[in-house]
Amino acid sequence: MFRNQYDTDVTTWSPTGRLFQVEYAMEAVKQGSAAIGLRSRSHVVLACVNKAQSELSSHQRKIFKVDDHIGVAIAGLTADGRVLSRYMRSESINHSFTYESPLPVGRLVVRLADKAQVCTQRSWKRPYGVGLLVGGLDESGAHLYYNCPSGNYFEYQAFAIGSRSQAAKTYLERRFESFKESSREELIKDAILAIRETLQGETLKSSLCTVSVLGVDEPFHFLDQESIQKVIDTFEKVPEEEEDAGEGEAEPEAAAGTAEQGGSGDQDVAPMEM
Amino acid sequence: MTFTIPIENGNGVKDAEADSQRTLYPYVTGTSVVAIKYKDGILMASDMGGSYGSTLRYKNIERVKAIGKHSLLGASGEISDFQEILRYLDELILNDNMWADGNSLGPKEVHNYLTRVMYNRRNKFNPLWNTLVLGGVKNGEKYLGMVSMIGVSFEDNHVATGFGNHLARPILRDEWHEDLSFEDGVKLLEKCMRVLLYRDRSAINKLQISKMTEEGLTVYEPYSLKTFWEFSAFTNPTVGAEGSW
Repeated sequence: MFRNQYDTDVTTWSPTGRLFQVEYAMEAVKQGSAAIGLRSRSHVVLACVNKAQSELSSHQRKIFKVDDHIGVAIAGLTADGRVLSRYMRSESINHSFTYESPLPVGRLVVRLADKAQVCTQRSWKRPYGVGLLVGGLDESGAHLYYNCPSGNYFEYQAFAIGSRSQAAKTYLERRFESFKESSREELIKDAILAIRETLQGETLKSSLCTVSVLGVDEPFHFLDQESIQKVIDTFEKVPEEEEDAGEGEAEPEAAAGTAEQGGSGDQDVAPMEM
Repeated sequence: MTFTIPIENGNGVKDAEADSQRTLYPYVTGTSVVAIKYKDGILMASDMGGSYGSTLRYKNIERVKAIGKHSLLGASGEISDFQEILRYLDELILNDNMWADGNSLGPKEVHNYLTRVMYNRRNKFNPLWNTLVLGGVKNGEKYLGMVSMIGVSFEDNHVATGFGNHLARPILRDEWHEDLSFEDGVKLLEKCMRVLLYRDRSAINKLQISKMTEEGLTVYEPYSLKTFWEFSAFTNPTVGAEGSW
């Protein structure tokens, strides 16, 4: 996408019917570190890669609990993500207070999308620069949605957003048909395997990822490092210490064979994006 | 001649004329509603009277209405406020239906919504002068609750409003049990309504029973209860009374 004369503000259409500012906002999502969501009939797993600014700092939180039955993983401008999470929590708790009943996730997602749409139609606003993977429950079971800065939302069986998410998506595409009937454990394992795809060669350690689960009889919560490491140990045959790329591990055909090593390609990521 | 009495109302100061918009007393009122859980769902009974003070003015008022697919709402108290509540709920259910996403508001949600509405109005000193009974069945679960005009709200296996609390509930406490059959449930309600008919001055002998089960709502035709007045004490009522002859 190259600069052109129609991309100065969000309320200008291009002659080909595009709103470039909105599309640029979606670019910001692609720059953030990966977030993955998958669902079965009764459970939703959200997982993300923990990226830290530097070795000195801690990693940013990218997965938020919205309610016992709804969680959200973000990619892009985390500040925008935080604000939207707060909005979601507010909507959820207001509904619970009035109706003593959990807000169906599908209805929350529409409110979120409508909020994002407003920012695409006001000259004094800008679109939110964050993509949200919203996982939650309603009367018909578990659902996973993706909300994008354009104000659109889609329902998914499994999805990945953020940088190098294509690798994860390829993995998920191969396996998604079985997710509906997956057990909770299988779903978690698939999520961690999908995360591994985005790391592309970097060794998968439990400190590198955050995994959260919610289900019909299970309120939203994070998995602790131990549990994650246990799952990793089931498929990582040899825990490597050095960054030996491509050592013939369990599923090697991760697409995107571009030789970008672990940390080097991120220098053009703005510091506010994670 | 108007003079200002400052009333803090969120919008600033209002004068005495605006004050007259608040509900101060009820005008056309309905009397008791009695409801019970039974084997298949909820049974609710009320008479069809609307009193204007001590005049039994209206004799064809339906005081039990269906709300959405799963709930029944019965009301005693000011009839116009009941109609207002029905309008609120109509809008609520309409918006719920428009989602068409497989989710729907069940009796618990409607009950809580009404509790919020009633309590909020009470806080503004402008109550909806009703006691509401909300019952329903959703996904096999039976629900029966009550909200008063001051926002007191609770759930129980049997509820009643107004005089029903004093006359019907004691009967229900003794004779209600889990898994009543439909026939037994109706008999029990009739027993309560008969006592109310004898003793409540604003009751009329035209009652309507409604049933809510998983399958849906049934509203039965209004009918009258048989009453008995041939007690010997009535033939000569003053016999034995102090100061009579």
